[in-house]
Amino acid sequence: MNNQREVYGRTLVELGKSNSRIVVLEADLGKSTMSCYFEKAFPKRYFEMGIAEQNMTSFGAGLSLTGKIVFLNTFAVFASGRAFDQIRQGIAIGRLNVKIVGSSAGLSDFGDGATHQSVEDLAIMRAIPNMTVLAPMDADETKAMTEWAAAYDGPVYLRLNRNDMPDYFPAGKKFEVGQPQLVREGRDAVVFANGLMVSRAMAAADALAARGVSLRVVNVSSLKPLDEAAVRQLALGMRAIVTAEEHNIIGGVGDAVNHCLRGSGIALEMIGMTDVFGQSAHSYEELLNYYGLTSKNIVEKVAKLLSK
Amino acid sequence: MDTQQIRRLELTARDLRALIVRGVGVNQKGHLGGSCSIADVVAALYFYKMRHDPKRPDWRERDRFVFSKGHAALVQYAALALSGYFPVEDMDRVKHFGSPLQGHPDLRKTRGVEANTGSLGQGLSTACGMAAGVRIDGYNSCVYCILGDGEIAEGQIWEAAMAAAHFKLDNLVAVLDSNRLQATGVCGERFNTYPHREKWESFGWAVSDVDGHDMAAIVAVLDRIEQEKGRPHLVIAHTIKGKGISFAEGKVAFHNGSLTQAQYDQALSELAKAGM
Repeated sequence: MNNQREVYGRTLVELGKSNSRIVVLEADLGKSTMSCYFEKAFPKRYFEMGIAEQNMTSFGAGLSLTGKIVFLNTFAVFASGRAFDQIRQGIAIGRLNVKIVGSSAGLSDFGDGATHQSVEDLAIMRAIPNMTVLAPMDADETKAMTEWAAAYDGPVYLRLNRNDMPDYFPAGKKFEVGQPQLVREGRDAVVFANGLMVSRAMAAADALAARGVSLRVVNVSSLKPLDEAAVRQLALGMRAIVTAEEHNIIGGVGDAVNHCLRGSGIALEMIGMTDVFGQSAHSYEELLNYYGLTSKNIVEKVAKLLSK
Repeated sequence: MDTQQIRRLELTARDLRALIVRGVGVNQKGHLGGSCSIADVVAALYFYKMRHDPKRPDWRERDRFVFSKGHAALVQYAALALSGYFPVEDMDRVKHFGSPLQGHPDLRKTRGVEANTGSLGQGLSTACGMAAGVRIDGYNSCVYCILGDGEIAEGQIWEAAMAAAHFKLDNLVAVLDSNRLQATGVCGERFNTYPHREKWESFGWAVSDVDGHDMAAIVAVLDRIEQEKGRPHLVIAHTIKGKGISFAEGKVAFHNGSLTQAQYDQALSELAKAGM
């Protein structure tokens, strides 16, 4: 188990050592997003922008126009919502070299409730032309994606979870943008998931194996771009497809995969937030269970599709 | 600066206005009023104050121009064309399909444009980021940002105003085009953002007032504030919307209006005489 934001913060510092063009901006959440590590290491290239996400976003655009590689940090809900117009107008149209890092995404900020839980950030970001949209499944993939984003010249949205997550990404492997990743091989059915839901799919695969069903698990961490042919190849020969995401079922990984598989004729079910907002809870698990973001739900959906 | 140089800048501003009229064209909508109001300041910046090189738009030590009131792009296009960033003939194709000159400034399409603006209220933040960026690099570059007086109703302007003072961006000069008219009427009546000087001073800015159509005064204030360190600068340019075209001066209708053939001819004729 490792923490995405912890690894992200440490990776920024490593990148900052070898690349003086990297600058980091924060909207008073540095101790949560872990941009605080960069502040300590490189105070002159760190900008505390106060609780003013709109100004931070356009300010970041300005820094990128002087040749800087800009990482903007705040919670996903504010990054994608509060500063949407600044991203669209000032960054995306001009294809500026700004990385928007949405932290504490999905339901992972369980205590703070609907105002702080992003169920629509990926949908918003996918709909913006020129935007690359990434949602890693674990800490090591976060590191690889952060390194990739720093080297890529253009706007990127990176969605990070607040809580510790199981590890699947091979340490030291490079991130390949656009490519869905086979995490577990299987013959009967496939789950396309990202973020925390990859771990739920892996648990579902264990449970189904005990019942004689072989479940393939695919990590769709690159929502945009997404290699359509690769997705189709990974679905080929499967009798059932389930998508799973910690996000509204509108506009996230389910929609992206569905689009790739249009006309395939394979039975498909979607798991995700069913067009509802979250709420407060004392634990992450309570919320994941309530909204059906569980391995049990994946098992049931796969079994239902296979029994048809 | 001697009177001959001032005279040359005045003639340049006149030429910018003629190009603005050409950019608006006949029976097509265009932001004539807010382009003409700030033409003198834009002339002083592009043809006197700013260090820039049309042959090297990406020269790293250049001064920057961020046109936050991007709807008045015509005056920036005119200045870029006259400077030599692209042919003057391009002004005949503003907003035409496929033209490099879009309705609002686009740095990917128009040579010399520094930032995409048009969604009002964002340009000052972008200019702040540029000012911070060139400072990290150790350049003496100055960033000039033009604001509309209607535009400063946007809350983000005041976020940027705080940020500029907080980071002591004394290489940032914002010019407020105080033409006192916005799209639907008189600033202050439609929505009150006054008093300007007191607000900006209380946000930590050094504020100057200038007659936005007095070239000698514009040049003098731009030269003077360059020497004053420690705070960002705001120049409140008191201007007349539609300045230089008699029938458009002070008229809300020409915020984004169209010209008949007769009005087009009259505007160019008046501007030609203004130089005699």
